[in-house]
Amino acid sequence: MSEQLLYFIQQLINGLTIGSAYALIAIGYTMVYGIIGMINFAHGEIYMIGAYTALIAITGLATLGITWLPLILLVALVCAMLVSSGMGWAVERVAYRPVRGRHRLIPLISAIGMSIFLQNYIHLAQGSRNIGFPLLIDGGFLFGSEDTFQARISYMQITVFATTLVCMTALTLFISRSRTGRACRAVSQDLGMASLLGIDTNRIISATFVIGAALAAVAGLLLGMYYGSIDPLFGFIAGLKAFTAAVLGGIGSIPGAMLGGLILGVSESMTSGYLSGEYKDVVSFGLLILILLFKPTGLLGKPEVEKI
Amino acid sequence: MAAHNLKHALFCAFITLLIAYPILGFNLKSEGMNLSLTGADAFTLVMVFLAAVIVFGFQLFREPIMGSLRSIPALAPTKKPEPMTENRRVKIESRIITIIVVLAVFWPFFVSRGSVDLGTLVLIYIMLALGLNVVVGLAGLLDLGYVAFYAVGAYTFALLSDYLGVSFWLALPFGALLAALFGLVLGFPVLRLRGDYLAIVTLGFGEIIRILLNNWTSLTGGPNGIGGIPEPTLFGMEFGRRIKEEGNVSFHETFGIAYAGEHKVIFLYLIALVLAVITALIIRRLMRMPVGRAWEALREDEIAARSLGLSRTAVKLSAFTIGAFFAGFAGTVFASKQGFISPESFVFLESAIVLAIVVLGGMGSQIGVILAAVAVTILPELAREFSEYRMLIFGAAMVLMMVWRPQGLMPMRRIHIELKQQE
Repeated sequence: MSEQLLYFIQQLINGLTIGSAYALIAIGYTMVYGIIGMINFAHGEIYMIGAYTALIAITGLATLGITWLPLILLVALVCAMLVSSGMGWAVERVAYRPVRGRHRLIPLISAIGMSIFLQNYIHLAQGSRNIGFPLLIDGGFLFGSEDTFQARISYMQITVFATTLVCMTALTLFISRSRTGRACRAVSQDLGMASLLGIDTNRIISATFVIGAALAAVAGLLLGMYYGSIDPLFGFIAGLKAFTAAVLGGIGSIPGAMLGGLILGVSESMTSGYLSGEYKDVVSFGLLILILLFKPTGLLGKPEVEKI
Repeated sequence: MAAHNLKHALFCAFITLLIAYPILGFNLKSEGMNLSLTGADAFTLVMVFLAAVIVFGFQLFREPIMGSLRSIPALAPTKKPEPMTENRRVKIESRIITIIVVLAVFWPFFVSRGSVDLGTLVLIYIMLALGLNVVVGLAGLLDLGYVAFYAVGAYTFALLSDYLGVSFWLALPFGALLAALFGLVLGFPVLRLRGDYLAIVTLGFGEIIRILLNNWTSLTGGPNGIGGIPEPTLFGMEFGRRIKEEGNVSFHETFGIAYAGEHKVIFLYLIALVLAVITALIIRRLMRMPVGRAWEALREDEIAARSLGLSRTAVKLSAFTIGAFFAGFAGTVFASKQGFISPESFVFLESAIVLAIVVLGGMGSQIGVILAAVAVTILPELAREFSEYRMLIFGAAMVLMMVWRPQGLMPMRRIHIELKQQE
């Protein structure tokens, strides 16, 4: 294979890795938007808290002397998911439920307040400096001859893919098969009608936040390990990117969020690979603006009819 | 009911422990490559458990507590204050504003240099908040990238003085106009978006501008910023000890008084004061002009306003542009006050602070916004030991305001009639 092709493949792999993690975060945005029509601005912070909890769990296990890798990862994952879910539940309870149904901007401002609050909560509890995340999964496959460019798929990247795939499959099955999943779909179609038919809409909305937060925590652990360091501002940009992914795929649509995440990840890594790493954020925000301007429903979204 | 309450309260207390204990109870320490975990001190742990107990108690007796809270009129979310007659309201407001301005003029001559410097900062925030108040409070467009226009104003002055040697007074209208132009150009495509999409797009624009400033090193100096921005002059009189520019004279020599560092600070403060007063007056006028009424009409009901023949784009664009204009104003003063600017000063958090000021003060209300700007800037300075909790309290205050008093501490009042909604 030629050098250019290998380089391209490398960027593609990097992009798909980041993109699949973005997709996990984007699910939280898209599900919440689909049901109550608000942007959960604090979702990026919940993802960040997931990463911090995972790191605390990993360090704690290392202090206890446990070195069996699968156990460490599993415990970290469960801890992160539990704490993030609790956070998601509490955030909805405290900041969103009391303002639900008011003017559109009020929940959004409340969410921004919550996001600032959570950022500073972590900042005060764990310090503002970035903390190195240990690289637990080392090594990878190499392609291409040694004297030219070598494309590399690390085991870490494979882990990110595999975990995302498992989570997405589980989510799809949950939404399409389970009782709660069916109720989720019903509520997102028509909240009023669903509650008339005896669905506890408050419970379903809470469940949505909890599911979204749990997936964000998975992404937090994966991306924390992948990037190798975390800080309290870690969630802000990632949250914005994931929101872009959700909008790109069509907000409210779960397959859309997955697709949007992958497209965003790939376009970002192509920008850093071929242009410059500094402008990759410009590309993703530019993409967001262009989509909102020209196709606000996204790739897989349904057109929204404004009722008078 | 009681059993259900108990179960719910236990669950809430458990969640409180779940989200507080792992984060607050353990501290990550990184020394070189090694990470270690230390348990928090006993005080923190006691506080975490206390929080859980408080949540438990609150949830258990939720109904009686909320009932007694509702009886406090200020906290009742739906209760609206009696409308005052327009005449009386205007009189009271103008009287308060006049007293504030008179006090503000004489105040710097009696206090320390540091306080005057802080006063200038407060005035800059007042200008920013008044400008954002037009966009968010009056027109109902949530602009999360407001700081970008502030940056445009500041960088315009910095670049003009750096490359062309333009003085403060010439750069002031330029900075404001350029910011307004940015507002116009950026606003034009995005204003047809719905409320929350608009917020995200403006946030994206704000970030793009900051990233550009950070990376366009050849023009803006990148993260190093631009230094040596000149101070304003008074009819060609400089306030420094030595004259920097040919042809200027110095203030203390002209008047034959001893040089004092305070002169410069007080002068800058007075300029900021004059500009803030001008800002407030212009916006006050605009609010009562047809365009101001149109902003509010469009905010309240877009469909109704459009069917009455208001051009959505023109009305929204005018609000956006005027907001950007005053942000540019504030940016120019800021650049002159600091003497040095870098992209660090124009992060999203600044936008959030200005938004918090507008929200706390009461969207649309000028006095409320001014008082909130004073409070938000000065309180952290007064309580130094709490300053690291400043943003934490901001965030919490924003949430609480939205839950209990979305109209703000001093809501805007207008004579109005309310129709009883028929269920």
